[in-house]
Amino acid sequence: MSTCSVSKGCFVFKPSTKKRRLSDKTGHDFRCPSNDSEDTQLRFVTCQSLWNQIKSETEQIQEDLNKQLLDNLVSFLSRSHSDFQEKTTEWTCRMKFREIPTAALVLGVNVTDHDLTFRGLSDVLQDNITPYVALLEAKDCPGIKNLMQKLMGQLMNCDIDVDSMDDEDCVQVSQNRIRCSMPSLISWYDSVTKKTDSETPSKKRNSSSRHWRSPPVVVIFKDMESFTTKVLQDFIVISSQHIHELPLVLIFGIATSPMIIHRLLPHSVSSLLCIELFQSLSCKEHLSTIIDKLLLTSRFPFKLGEKVLQVLINIFLYHDFSVQNFIKGFQLCIVEHFYSQPLSVLCCHLVDIKKRVYSLSHDQCENIRRLPSFRRYVEKQESGKQIELLTNDSFLKEETQKLLEDLHVYHENYVSILRCLHVFTSSLPKYPLGKQIRELHCACLENRVWETEEYESSLQLARMLNKTDLVTMLQQCVEILIASSGKEFDRAIEKLKEFLTQFQNLEVAEASQERDVSVSPQKELQKKTDLYHLQKTLLELKESRRSKKLTKFEMLRFEVVDYIDSLVRRYLVPADNRTLHEIVYFNAAAVLRGHLNAAPRTALHTALNNPHWYLKAFSTVVMAAEEPNADAASSDQVDDVIHARFIRAVSELELLGFIKPSKQKTDHVARLTWGGC
Amino acid sequence: MPNLEHPAYPAADLLHLESLVPCRESQVSMLLSIFGERQQFSFPCIFIYGHTASGKTYVMQTLLTTLQLPHVFVNCVECFTSRLLLEEILIQLQSCSSGTEQTSPVRCDTLNDFVRLFKQAVDSQEVQHQTLYIVLDRAEQLREMEANILPAFLRLQELTDRNVTVVLLSEIVWELFRPNMGCFEPFTMYFPDYSIGHLQKILSQNHPPEYSADFYAAYINILLGVFYMVCRDLKELRHLAALNFAKYCEPVVRGEANERDTRKLWKNIEPHLKKAMQTVYLREISSSQWERLQHDGGEAGQLKGLSAHTHVELPYYSKFLLIAAYLASYNPVRTDKRFFLKHHGKIKKTNFMKKHEKTSNHLLGPKPFPLDRLLAILYSIVDNRVAPTANIFSQITSLVTLQLLSVVGQNDQLDGPRYKCTVSLDFIRAIARTVNFDIIKYLYDFL
Repeated sequence: MSTCSVSKGCFVFKPSTKKRRLSDKTGHDFRCPSNDSEDTQLRFVTCQSLWNQIKSETEQIQEDLNKQLLDNLVSFLSRSHSDFQEKTTEWTCRMKFREIPTAALVLGVNVTDHDLTFRGLSDVLQDNITPYVALLEAKDCPGIKNLMQKLMGQLMNCDIDVDSMDDEDCVQVSQNRIRCSMPSLISWYDSVTKKTDSETPSKKRNSSSRHWRSPPVVVIFKDMESFTTKVLQDFIVISSQHIHELPLVLIFGIATSPMIIHRLLPHSVSSLLCIELFQSLSCKEHLSTIIDKLLLTSRFPFKLGEKVLQVLINIFLYHDFSVQNFIKGFQLCIVEHFYSQPLSVLCCHLVDIKKRVYSLSHDQCENIRRLPSFRRYVEKQESGKQIELLTNDSFLKEETQKLLEDLHVYHENYVSILRCLHVFTSSLPKYPLGKQIRELHCACLENRVWETEEYESSLQLARMLNKTDLVTMLQQCVEILIASSGKEFDRAIEKLKEFLTQFQNLEVAEASQERDVSVSPQKELQKKTDLYHLQKTLLELKESRRSKKLTKFEMLRFEVVDYIDSLVRRYLVPADNRTLHEIVYFNAAAVLRGHLNAAPRTALHTALNNPHWYLKAFSTVVMAAEEPNADAASSDQVDDVIHARFIRAVSELELLGFIKPSKQKTDHVARLTWGGC
Repeated sequence: MPNLEHPAYPAADLLHLESLVPCRESQVSMLLSIFGERQQFSFPCIFIYGHTASGKTYVMQTLLTTLQLPHVFVNCVECFTSRLLLEEILIQLQSCSSGTEQTSPVRCDTLNDFVRLFKQAVDSQEVQHQTLYIVLDRAEQLREMEANILPAFLRLQELTDRNVTVVLLSEIVWELFRPNMGCFEPFTMYFPDYSIGHLQKILSQNHPPEYSADFYAAYINILLGVFYMVCRDLKELRHLAALNFAKYCEPVVRGEANERDTRKLWKNIEPHLKKAMQTVYLREISSSQWERLQHDGGEAGQLKGLSAHTHVELPYYSKFLLIAAYLASYNPVRTDKRFFLKHHGKIKKTNFMKKHEKTSNHLLGPKPFPLDRLLAILYSIVDNRVAPTANIFSQITSLVTLQLLSVVGQNDQLDGPRYKCTVSLDFIRAIARTVNFDIIKYLYDFL
């Protein structure tokens, strides 16, 4: 990948540029040259359609997740001022201090995701409650003056948007110098609401009929923490003076905790507010849903390998908690996979596979033969078939199609059994295989899960489950398997149902048995009342219990656990063991890490550590500025003048403190390092 | 027997005024005597101060409107620039002189313009010989405007040569206003806090129409018994009274007690009011939530207050960054070696403690530290290797935007940035517990 820059550092490559290159069909830096240009086009189209599907899916998920929160907010807003409008004459309402309705919206520390939530929020508000919504950011509002300017600008613009028909009024307003003060805002509000009032009967307008007669004015503070105390206090004090004339509602976007309100506002100011708390879904749950809906499904042909998934999850958990970034990373994986893997053309839905396999070129067939997993597969075949596979293209295509279909089935089964296993592991004490399904998924992808110690201890624990838990888990598993699309599970379902009926029978049998078993020792205990005999009988009882055979329930429990174990061994084989997994699974974790984990300090160090590179880079920059012809620059010899200039510039930088010698000396050149930041 | 007497104003008006301003009769009569008759020049500037909700604004407003004195009433918080303030005064002046006539936009940037325009406006008025009152509420804001604003208002009578009196209302004393160049001294007047008897009298005045005045007065008595210790703010008390009155009436409405059963009613309301003091009064839960709770008959325990949500979820490395920042803020630099180096030798606290370090660092507050120290501590407290990726740096920035760290002295471009950790010990201990890090062991103060 080339850049126009001369330094050896980190560069951001936006995926869109790559796509453009693909769509231009230039293909000059493709690994497979010239003749598979057909496939690059197809790959690009597949990639785009896949991404569009995934994108709309994630948007849908996010909408669903935010729905509860937004509904609560909308009902809060609709209730906030209606009370006062309905019963202004009532005694309590007259006596009560009129507070500003305020929603404290706790969104979590993943600030990058907030934009989306706020956008959704303001859309919903504009659709349902009021056209007057203003979004304020702390960086735009260093003083109360700027805040008012921003607020009035946004509100009056929205007015133009909504009532585009009577433009003259708005133009007049903007022509006059708007005084940024509350009274002018109020007079604007009065004029706007009065206008819609008088117009509604004559013209039927959809936009205003959705709102009430005097819709509230909603002011959203996006990042409450960053606002200065003074600005907030002044604004609240001012608006509380006018709450009777201007139905204002505030929404505080809070990233940390609602305590910040008390920290920012003294009691005299917070007593002007009527604060209600709203909490959004935690971002970890959000991620779980996303992983559940995007990765643990057979709807999308593209899959993430274990290492790649781990990189993405680690960035999420260790660094930013941002679901948006996770999705961006996922998008990068898709683009990278379709860009770097020529065979990704086969990464498509099951219905298209046949057509695509048969239209593969000879080069692509060679690519298949070069796949490590395919080579392993070939080695296992008998010699006649081996030769066929390696020489006969059409035979290879047939085989490939079959293998890909197998892979698809494998994945379907994998997901269902993974969910069943998760039902068990998520209820064990201390969660040896992790509490979340994503952890289990990673463990299963990494290597054979049944060979790990954690799996062993999970089974041990599962063998100690009580009956009610076991029965509910089995029922859950049956539900999962019935809901799954895999066809092989009929027998498994039968078997699990059989277990369930056995448990039921056991219950009946036990109930009758217990009565006559438990009575006899009890009676004996009651008979012999002296201490010595009692002790003796108790010891005997204990002895007999230890040596006793397993009860029927325990036997059955062993059977169940063994059966689950057999399912796991059969279906939860790691994906790398499957033939042709390279086509569907993206596994280039190192590439992804290079893209996502930029290391500016390391890059600077390597850049400065080698003075020769530094000099060359310098000369390239200087030459490019002086004379654009490439001949002089390409020669290895550096001009003496430039060399002198370089040394002087470096020493000046050193003097200014930007760089400093690193004290490591090799080949009589002092290495440089980055000082300060 | 009317307390207020003034020959210039009709007795009926004065009587009406007196009924409107209970417990402030002496202040009103004092003001009336300063104002004198309508045409008489009054004191150029009157400064009225007193605690929150001691009736300054209310008394001034009632006095001026009841007696129909020409006046301009401006809240200085609303007019956050001097231009807005001056223009607001002129606009109000125009409208009070010309009644309903549409006000033309005025433009007034400096005090010089203001004096000129003010003279014009006053001259065009019908009431030009009467004293005009300019009341500036929350006058402490004037101190933050241009230096000439406050002195000019103090001498407005002299500057404009018109019959005008400026009244400043503020919650702080005059001494905090006085500019260091000196100025014209206003007549200062103090509004004392309402006593409990005053509060009882004022609050009982507005009883709901359905119930008798005595019944409501008894309620107010109980309310003050609970809240007077913590709150003397009339507005707040009236708000609380309105919020909880429904609950007080409950036994009467259900027919379990009659209006005279004071003891029964007290037993019913007292715990309720105490709960209100801990929740609604502190704005832990909002008054609308409180009302709904009352209505549904639920317990206040079901609703968690704002302070109950202290937990902040942070990414793994952000937690360690915050812990590192806390350690860097509260430990002396010299001690880093002892805490974070494996073979630091045996250094006892007594040996390497300097005299001034004997005071707790936690009492002194956080100290600023450079970025490099933060990173060095981070690397040594995290178990596995942390690559200094851009993610780590952006996390530091996002901690700053969350106000968990703050940047100190940003103006120096050459040096690395310096930070301070702004979280409390309890907060950081809660964070450290989630990553199994025993922070107390690493804090110099707790050694």
